[in-house]
Parts: sequence; structure tokens; C-alpha cells
Amino acid sequence: MKNLESLVKVENLKAYYFSNVYGNERTIKAVDDVSFEIFNNEILGIAGESGCGKTTLLKVLLGITKSPLSIVGGNVIYKLDQEEKNILSFSNGELRNIRWKVVSYIPQGSMNVLNPIRKIKDTFKDFMETHRPDISKDDFDTLIKDYLRSLGLPLEVLNSYPHQLSGGMRQRVTIALSTLCRPKIILADEPTTALDVVVQRGVLQLLKKIQKEEENTLVVVSHDMGIHAHISDRVAIMYAGKIIEIGPKKEIFTNPLHPYTKYLISSLPKLGDKSFKSSIPGSPPPLSNPPKGCRFHERCPESTPMCEKEEPSLVDMGEGHKIACFFVPKGGKV
Amino acid sequence: MNNTNKLISVRNLTKIFSRGSILFKTYILAVNNVSFEIEMEKPEIFTLAGESGSGKSTLARMLLGLVEPTYGTILYKGKDIVQITNTKNWMWFTKEVQPIFQNPFETFSPLNRVEDYLYDTARNYKMIPKNTDKNSFLKEYLNIFGLSYDEIKGKYPHEFSGGQLQRLSIARALITNPSLLIADEPVSMIDASLRMSVVNLFKELKNRFKVSVIYITHDLATAYYISDKIAIMLRGNIVELGPVEKVLDDPLHPYTKLLKQSIPEPTIETQWDEEIKLSTVEEKEFSLSGCKFAGRCPYVMEICKTQEPEEISVDGRNIKCHLYKKS
Repeated sequence: MKNLESLVKVENLKAYYFSNVYGNERTIKAVDDVSFEIFNNEILGIAGESGCGKTTLLKVLLGITKSPLSIVGGNVIYKLDQEEKNILSFSNGELRNIRWKVVSYIPQGSMNVLNPIRKIKDTFKDFMETHRPDISKDDFDTLIKDYLRSLGLPLEVLNSYPHQLSGGMRQRVTIALSTLCRPKIILADEPTTALDVVVQRGVLQLLKKIQKEEENTLVVVSHDMGIHAHISDRVAIMYAGKIIEIGPKKEIFTNPLHPYTKYLISSLPKLGDKSFKSSIPGSPPPLSNPPKGCRFHERCPESTPMCEKEEPSLVDMGEGHKIACFFVPKGGKV
Repeated sequence: MNNTNKLISVRNLTKIFSRGSILFKTYILAVNNVSFEIEMEKPEIFTLAGESGSGKSTLARMLLGLVEPTYGTILYKGKDIVQITNTKNWMWFTKEVQPIFQNPFETFSPLNRVEDYLYDTARNYKMIPKNTDKNSFLKEYLNIFGLSYDEIKGKYPHEFSGGQLQRLSIARALITNPSLLIADEPVSMIDASLRMSVVNLFKELKNRFKVSVIYITHDLATAYYISDKIAIMLRGNIVELGPVEKVLDDPLHPYTKLLKQSIPEPTIETQWDEEIKLSTVEEKEFSLSGCKFAGRCPYVMEICKTQEPEEISVDGRNIKCHLYKKS
């Protein structure tokens, strides 16, 4: 059993997008009243469909709150050097100090972030000069080479331009780049979406290896439940801007409690199984105008009149398995 | 050979792309010597699976008549589609074979109403008389697919979810009464909770309307769920072809084995253990003279590096691998 020491606490976070086009005001409640904790030395998976607020949540965790995104309420508290700090009140300078060193980010489609007209070697050097001015330039080379070797990447990539590498290799170079400063927490947004299955497996292996060796924290956002089944320790399920279920991976996959999670897991096709699978009726609600009460009630087979009026909050069912649903009785076993 | 009872029969299809000037020309073998066929009487869902760069989309474009093959023939209902030159026959061919694309939001123009697409397709292919009432035609037509016209009336593409729009684009493709649909990654852009509604529609088409589907995907789980036959492609070659249960339950080719093991299955019972080897530079694999998998294959032999494996028939499937060659 891992020691569950809290690293990041998210409390009642509300992050909305405000847009005003020719007098048409619109508010998109991308993250609405979300609370959860991220522990030290774990892999947390965040799953959900497109447009459920996963990427926005990750951006806020990183402290990127540029207009049109604004924080309406709540805190994101990092535990840095035994001190609790609210990252949302940081200045730009303070944020720059923690980025890459404490919290690192692997963006969506990150295989396209490398500068196409510079060799990988130069990109690494630029990065070191900016973020590790304390290391002398002569040491760069050995440090970068040692790091790549420890990750099992061939050193020939350093002398290549990005277009000469395959997508999977570029992705792994980006991962190497974003973990070079040995951050405490790595936020990965759909790290393998554009990759083929075999390459995806290689990239996930690398991420897991880094986490295991550094004993840091990895947050993986992905719509693919299969990825979570393979690398996450805990999984959070998001639906329409809210976390509706969070818990240990084993609980989520073998004993899902929220009707949405149940549907999601049972609708996934598997090899060797030709039985009929149906998809969830209806479609996810727009975040600009989510339904009242439980956001899933329009598609939920267990919906009661109460679900239409009141919003369920996350309730602990034991062993850290929390769900937001009225239907599941206390104690959790259905 | 008798090709009249085949819906589509592909023989030794090859496509070579070249690039560079005359002096420094390099060639890429995008599709290499591919052969398969679909019976006319027995509609089936035929999956082409493979990673990106395996040539599956180039193959699809050749089947649609959009790219001219370098060698080989494609016979559709006994007619060579490369030889079609006049408008009348081309009209017949496009009526018979319809495409479905990956991103439904790109299939439809954002400035046009979706209903107009459906109606215009019917008009352009002269499937309905000139003075047909739009409302009653669409109401009746969409009813067949369990879609209601009232939900669609007057709406633009952005007002639909991906799954709904993809089902509409399949409904549009079926207006011309085709016998074959070519669907290039039709569900990869659609959310997990809605994906099965599209996949199930393909199954229904086969059973109810006797439409065959060539389903191009990298997702082996949905392929297993809907298809009858599967062809695994690697760098332009079909390395294993056979009934889906045989190929995926008990893969023979080392590449199919690797592919199967690498699917992140949504269960916690199967977990990856050993580490895998990845190719560094994709182009190197294309230029290998022997088997394209030789650089990564755990069972590689000397012969694999120099000699291209021939297609052989093993246990009810066709396979290209030296391991199974009868000595």
C-alpha cells in the first residue's frame, strides 16, 4: 500500500469561459464545483468524453488562467516544501519558478511542439539555459545524454530534426524534455491520442517508468478507458464539467457505481467478445446550458424526480471510492 | 477466372509514390501487391487494420477510384474501375460505392443545412422524381434508420453531436442504394459513449440492407466486434488475412501478435509486462528489402532480412511470414 500523502488539493474549483461576441454573452461552465486530491507518488487518470472539461481542469492545475478562462471560485493548493500555497494567487514570476521544476506539462498533440528548424539537441539546450541557469554549459551535454540513455532513447535523436523522427519518437523526446528538471508532478493531456497502438504502448511504458523511478506524481487525462486500465492507480470520471466518480482503478473497473461509469465501461468492445453492446442514449449536455439537478439525469435509466431538482455531491463509499449519485445507497454495494 | 459472383475483387494492387526531382528520385511503396475479394451473395464487413503509414487509406482511395493504381486491377461487379472513363459508368460506380469519412464535421459544409445534403444527394443521383416533396421524402427516408426528421429540420452541422452527425452521414451515403460502403476510420472521432451507436448501425446495414462495408480502422476492439474478415496491414503489405475470430483470437504473424498485445484493453486483468521495441525512423522500415517487420520482430531469421515473404495459406488464412513456410 502506498503512502497517501496529499500533494495537490483542489477545493470547489469553478473555472468558466466567458465570451462576448457582438453582444451575445455566453458562459461555458467547463469546470463546475470540482473538489479532489492528488497524492504523492501515484498515477491519477482523468477520464471523460470530449467537452467535459478535462483539459480545462488540467490548465487550471498548471495555473494557466488567461482570458476567456477565468476562475470563479475555489482553490488549487499545492504543498511545496511543507508549505501550502494557493497556485491561483501566484504572480507570473512565481508561476515561472515552479513550472517544469515542480509542475510539468505534456500538452495535447505534443509531438508537434518541437521547433522544426532546430535540431533536438538545440531545443534541449535552449530549455536548459532558460530553466537551469545554475548548470554550466559544458555539463549540459553529459546531463542530457545521461538522461536520454536512462530513458532508453537512442542518442542519435539529438542530431536529428523533428521531421526526421517518427511521431512516437517525437512524443518521447517531448516527454524527456518536460521531465528533464525532475518535476514533482507531471500533467499529461492525452499523451498518446495521435499515436498507433504499438507506439502508444511504448510511450505509456516510458511515462510509467519515469514515474516509478522518480516516485513523483503523474496525472493523465485521456478519453480512452483502456489507457487508464493499464497505467493509472486511481481514476476520476468527469461528466459535463463535474467529477462524478473517483476511486482506485480496481474499484472503478470491477465495481463501478455511478450509472454513467457503468454504461461507459460496459459499452466498450473487447477482443474475444461479440455480444451486443449499446451506447448510452442521448448525448452529453452543452456546458453553456447544463440541465438542472444531476447533469446525467436526462440519459440516466435510474433517474428519479429528485435527480431533476437537486445536484448530488461526491460521497465517500469507503476506501476512497467517491461518487456523486442519489441512487446508490450508503455503503455502496448495489 | 470467374469474377461475376464477386462484389469486389482486388488483384495484385500496388501503388508507388515517387518524390524528388529526376536525378534524386525516391520511391515509396505505399501499397504492395494486395489481393482480396468480397462475395456478391454474402455481404460482409471487411476490416483493414493497421497503424498509420500502413497504406490503408491509400488502398481505400484506390478502391474509391480517386487514386490510380500503379499495377493491379480492381474489379467491381466484374468491371475494371480503372478503365471507367465515361460519365455514365462513373455515375453508376459512385452510386454503387459510397464513402464515409473520419470526421463527420468535415464531411458536411458548416454553411449548409444537413437536410439539404440528404435531399440533394437524392436529386443529383435521380433517386427520386423531380417534383418530390422534400419533407415527406426525408421523413420517410430517415425513419428507416430510426432518425426523426423533426430533430434534423433546419439544423446546421455544428448543432449535432459527432455520433448523430456520423449516423446522418451514413444515412446520406445510403440514399443511392450502394452495395459497398468504404468507411475510413468512421468512429475514431466519436466519443466512447456514442461510438457503439455508429458501430451497431454498420452491423444493421449488413443484416437488413445487404450492404457490404470495408471498415478501415486502427481499433482492433471494434473491428473484432463487427467484422467478418480482417486484413492486417504493415507498411503496404497485408501480412495476415482471414476470419476475424481466427486472426485476432489466435494470431500467427508476429506483427499481429504484437498489435493484439498492445491494445490497451479496458480491463484490469490483462497487464503489459515485457517492454517492446519501437522503430526510430519510419522511413527505414519502408526501405527494408525483406520483410518490413524484420527490424522489430522477436523471431527474426536471416532469410527475413533479405527475402520478401510470399503469401501462404495457413489454418484458414493468408499470411506473409517466413516462419510458417513449409520446408
